[in-house]
Amino acid sequence: MDSSQLLGITTFTYLFSTILYAVIFIFKAKKLGTPATVFTVLAFLVQTAGLLLRWQESYKIGYGHAPLTNMYESVVFFAWTIILMYLLIEWKFKTKVIGAFAVPFAFLAMAYASFSTGINKEISPLIPALQSNWLLAHVVTCFIGYAAFAVAAGLGIMYLVKNTSESRKTTNNESLLGTLPPLKVIDDITHKTMVFGFLWLSVGIITGAIWANSAWGTYWSWDPKETWSLITWFIYAITLHARYTRGWGGTRIAWLALFGFVSVIFTYYGVNFLLSGLHSYGSN
Amino acid sequence: MKKKNPVFSFFASVKLALFTLFMLAVTSIIGTVIPQKESFDWYVQRYSESTAKLFEVLSIPDMYNSWWFLGLLGLLSLNLIVCSIDRFPGVWKQIKADNLANDLSRLAKMRLSEKWDLDKTEAECASELTNKLASNGWNSAQRKRDDSLLIFAQKGAMTRTGVYIVHASILVIFIGAIVGELYGFKGSIMLPETKSTTSIFQFGSGSPIDLGFEVRCDRFDIEFYDTGMPKAYRSHLTVLEDSKVILEKNIVVNDPLTYKGITFYQSSYQGYQDFILSVAEKNTDTSESVTLSFQQRANLSNHNNTAIGIINAEMRGQSVSRIKIWFKDEQGPASVFWIRAGDEVTVQRADTEYIIGGKQMYATGLQVAKDPGVWIVYIGCGMMILGLFVAFFMSHRRIWLLLKEEHGSTSILLAGSTNKNKMGFEKTFSSLADVLKSN
Ligand code: HEM
Repeated sequence: MDSSQLLGITTFTYLFSTILYAVIFIFKAKKLGTPATVFTVLAFLVQTAGLLLRWQESYKIGYGHAPLTNMYESVVFFAWTIILMYLLIEWKFKTKVIGAFAVPFAFLAMAYASFSTGINKEISPLIPALQSNWLLAHVVTCFIGYAAFAVAAGLGIMYLVKNTSESRKTTNNESLLGTLPPLKVIDDITHKTMVFGFLWLSVGIITGAIWANSAWGTYWSWDPKETWSLITWFIYAITLHARYTRGWGGTRIAWLALFGFVSVIFTYYGVNFLLSGLHSYGSN
Repeated sequence: MKKKNPVFSFFASVKLALFTLFMLAVTSIIGTVIPQKESFDWYVQRYSESTAKLFEVLSIPDMYNSWWFLGLLGLLSLNLIVCSIDRFPGVWKQIKADNLANDLSRLAKMRLSEKWDLDKTEAECASELTNKLASNGWNSAQRKRDDSLLIFAQKGAMTRTGVYIVHASILVIFIGAIVGELYGFKGSIMLPETKSTTSIFQFGSGSPIDLGFEVRCDRFDIEFYDTGMPKAYRSHLTVLEDSKVILEKNIVVNDPLTYKGITFYQSSYQGYQDFILSVAEKNTDTSESVTLSFQQRANLSNHNNTAIGIINAEMRGQSVSRIKIWFKDEQGPASVFWIRAGDEVTVQRADTEYIIGGKQMYATGLQVAKDPGVWIVYIGCGMMILGLFVAFFMSHRRIWLLLKEEHGSTSILLAGSTNKNKMGFEKTFSSLADVLKSN
């Protein structure tokens, strides 16, 4: 067994988890609740083993670094943190349907990591700039934040779906959306998840700044990646203030959760591909 | 007491904060899409003459230092300051409030309250309840109010300052950035091996900045992985004052050298066509080094009739990986051998041994920065994380017990409130109520 096999299996187990949660949601198959959780926990453990194994393999090759240093590894870690975050929320708030909205993000991340042709899956050595413990702290904290924002976006979608149908007065407790938690509860969990994410994103930006300072003597240089992480941070700061001091809630916060996550994705992914692309066109 | 001046209210408002944060988020995008700090001609070529001029007027090419972007940051700071002046006194009053002077009729109306009776005197009940509170971590105080006794306990009053710590942290970070801007500098230097410098060149302007001491690059090395990717760039630096060695350090990326507040970061390098060769003789224990160009030879000064030369060199990318050396002393034919760049070999001659080292000559590219504000920034960052944690996850919880004795029995009213995390406190409250009610 090597790490790539384990991580390959993970992609399919997360697909299966997604299906289980979707079935719970769509067919109101409450009995599947426990199996879905047990299965997801197992899948999570398999992925954890995969990540640890990859870490160990990198030492065997002689590169010796945590599996957090290229696009492939970060996407895999992103999926891992999403599932961790989701399981914590399921445990804390005792509700399973959220899984149908959160677990798909982890599956999509794993599928992208496994099947995209533009992604290098090799364990590669670290260039000198990346040889820093701050890198580890930076990546881990950012991704905890990103995962929280992913789950918040899932909750936002859930809120909007339920809200739309309620305003059409089609929902009663018998119908499909009746199984979703009450709007007020979704709203509350969305907010708490975003708050959690905001704290970690803040720590992520700060550890990134410290790393930059120890490598180049500048803690902030307004490069596109840094700037986009700050834009994302502003969006969530706006969301928190709008809610806390102006009483925004419900639909507006749900949209902001989605909007914020678009910014997260752009920070994480778009900047590398769209903006650096722009720069390389510029220099050609 | 509150100033309700409209200008003051405007700058204290959260609406302005939302506006400013929104503007900062939106305008920040510009600099990520339009490359920054290029020359005017570059923008003319990339866009057009008129666009480039418009950019110039709007300071787009250096937007993060433009008057309007800094103005937005200034507005945010002003907003934070005025907002805090507006609100903090009220919060402080709540922290310092005399909760034993509360309006008693409000206690029964609190969202969390419970009532029960005990067949004991007020004094007995009071000591029993305060003991139970204390063993649950609630230190209480009490005061006689008319014909009843009020007991009060609280936790986390200071957590109300969390949000203000966060807001202050942003100002602290700005102050740190300004201090760095005013009293620091950023520059760079290309320093060839064996050479030293007392000044470096400022970024942007290129003007020299005096260091106040001398720094020498003794040696620069690149280490590679098997794949050919660079593994480490390493410079051995020596700091000198009045030609005396003060400090020596090997620096690599992520591990700089700091002296007198000035930090030297490993940032780049440049390879020369020249080579540095070192020769040490075992018998006489003498050593020297020479700098040579490709396919040149030189006589050594410490040893009579001894010469060294470079026959060939192998490249790996931009840098030399192996050097073929020719070496001859007074005895016997010349030795010819390969050395891995940066290594040493022992050469056996007729009646002595030499240790010969060779490497390509490099210049190390150092980024040089002095930033006396960085510690202020880091303190601000620490405050932010602490403040966020307090603001998000801690709350000010208060409980009151009102005891009133009538005909040998005491009626007890327990009431509680929290400023945040209502659900969590409900659980704490009900389990505390159970403890207090139990015998
Ligand atoms: C980037 C800048 C800012 C950050 C990171 C920030 C952060 C925060 C945080 C984390 C909270 C607590 C929210 C909660 O408990 O859910 C908060 C509350 C608040 N913020 Fe800010 N803030 C910023 C700028 C501002 C500005 C410019 C103002 C100016 C008016 C402001 C006014 C407030 C107010 C009034 C509250 C509510 C405080 C209370 O509990 O009474 N914030 N802020």
